[in-house]
Amino acid sequence: MKEPVIIFNDVSKSYPLYHHLTGGIKNFLFHLPRGINSLKNSRFEALRDISFEVCRGETFGIIGRNGAGKSTTLGLIAGVLKPSKGRVIVKGRISPLLELGAGFHHELTGKENIMLNGVLMGLTRAEVSRKMNEIIEFSELRDFVDQPIRTYSSGMLARLGFSIVAHLEPEILLIDEILAVGDMGFQKKCIDKMMGFKKSGVTMVFVSHSMEDIGRICDRVMWIENHTARMLGEPKAVIAGYTGNSQ
Amino acid sequence: MNLKIQHYIDLITVLTQKEIKVRYKNSFLGYLWSIGHPLAFAMVFFIAFKVVMRIQIEDYALFLIAGLFPWQWFSNSVNAASMVFLGNASIIKKVNFPRNLIPFTQVLQDMIHFILAIPVIVLFLFIYHKSPSLSWVYGIPALLAIQFLMTYGFCLTVSSTNLFFRDLERLAVIFTTLMFYFTPIIYPESMIPERYKYLVNINPLTPLMVSWRNLFLNGILDPLSLIISLTYSIFAFMIGYLIYRRLSWKFAEVL
Repeated sequence: MKEPVIIFNDVSKSYPLYHHLTGGIKNFLFHLPRGINSLKNSRFEALRDISFEVCRGETFGIIGRNGAGKSTTLGLIAGVLKPSKGRVIVKGRISPLLELGAGFHHELTGKENIMLNGVLMGLTRAEVSRKMNEIIEFSELRDFVDQPIRTYSSGMLARLGFSIVAHLEPEILLIDEILAVGDMGFQKKCIDKMMGFKKSGVTMVFVSHSMEDIGRICDRVMWIENHTARMLGEPKAVIAGYTGNSQ
Repeated sequence: MNLKIQHYIDLITVLTQKEIKVRYKNSFLGYLWSIGHPLAFAMVFFIAFKVVMRIQIEDYALFLIAGLFPWQWFSNSVNAASMVFLGNASIIKKVNFPRNLIPFTQVLQDMIHFILAIPVIVLFLFIYHKSPSLSWVYGIPALLAIQFLMTYGFCLTVSSTNLFFRDLERLAVIFTTLMFYFTPIIYPESMIPERYKYLVNINPLTPLMVSWRNLFLNGILDPLSLIISLTYSIFAFMIGYLIYRRLSWKFAEVL
């Protein structure tokens, strides 16, 4: 048995409904009893009693409907959320693949954004500079990297984003439904790159609605339904269960 | 550990570079904007108080600028602070990096703008036949450090709580406007009526702003004001940091 690098131990995550607060101080004070009451009692349960382990080098898929809790799971792995119950243990550096254009600044050029994003993801400036050429080469955006990215199309942004993450030398890669944008050629390139990661032993957690991609890449798949793990196992079986259920 | 510090420094560098680059994309115009705003303010107050109301303060234009420039740094940072986390929501939700660096760089870049504006103060000194003093060499760094700490403290408080109470942003604007008039910037502290004098030093910004002006105009750094403002700034920082520490792990939930 390989060493587990992501361990979820009976993890539940719920949050108070913040809208009473985020409506503002004025709102909160005018509806004080109701506000406090709702903060105390009404909680939104995003995940309930989830347990799983991801081993080093494994590609782990997560599927489920919108709002089932997939992104919360990724948030817990990335360490931006704390579990309300149970324990999450993660060993290794995490590289999240950001949604389209997140962490980019539109007035900066492609190159400047590569630097910004690379450092935000945990590299030093020297490391990013060293990989700069490789990243630009992979993104095939050589002619555009000195232009502000507000001139980029969404496909180009996706290329840039994936190219950065792909060169971070990730130990654990989190991919949240990103490959949907970008043309066919680049999608294939991404899948190839992920296959390459797989060979070189990078652990990946992959959230997607594309059963084809999940089936092709993942070693194991978890199906989250109604905030709890409904099925976990071989891709084929889980995908069959999920698609059967959705119809 | 060393690598961690290096990464912190790099993060601060790129985040600050980003802001400066965006602001100064149009090179010189960017610089004009950052000094134009306080200068325009100075002109308004000069017309209102000197030309119309004939206030009896010598070199009033210089007097105004020496107080307005450091004040602008404070108020720009605090007003911007309410949006810094909201504006970076997409990264905060996905990447686990020290979030306090975002308000930190906000204060840092406003400090850089302030430093770049000091030559304008020098220019005004010369216009009024005065000159910079040697005490600036230690006075400016000391006051920069104190104001940085204080502003950072206020910014941490505002930016963290604004995520939970989204209308705090408006209150922050009202707060800085009120503080502006309660702080002796457009008037000297000597003009405050005797029976309100005791209130002056309750305002944490008074000793600091008065120190800046004294330093710029007269080259004097009063040790007592320095100690009082340092104490205030340490308090402001500690309160801000505690609030940030308590709330920061909930940022990704509430965004």
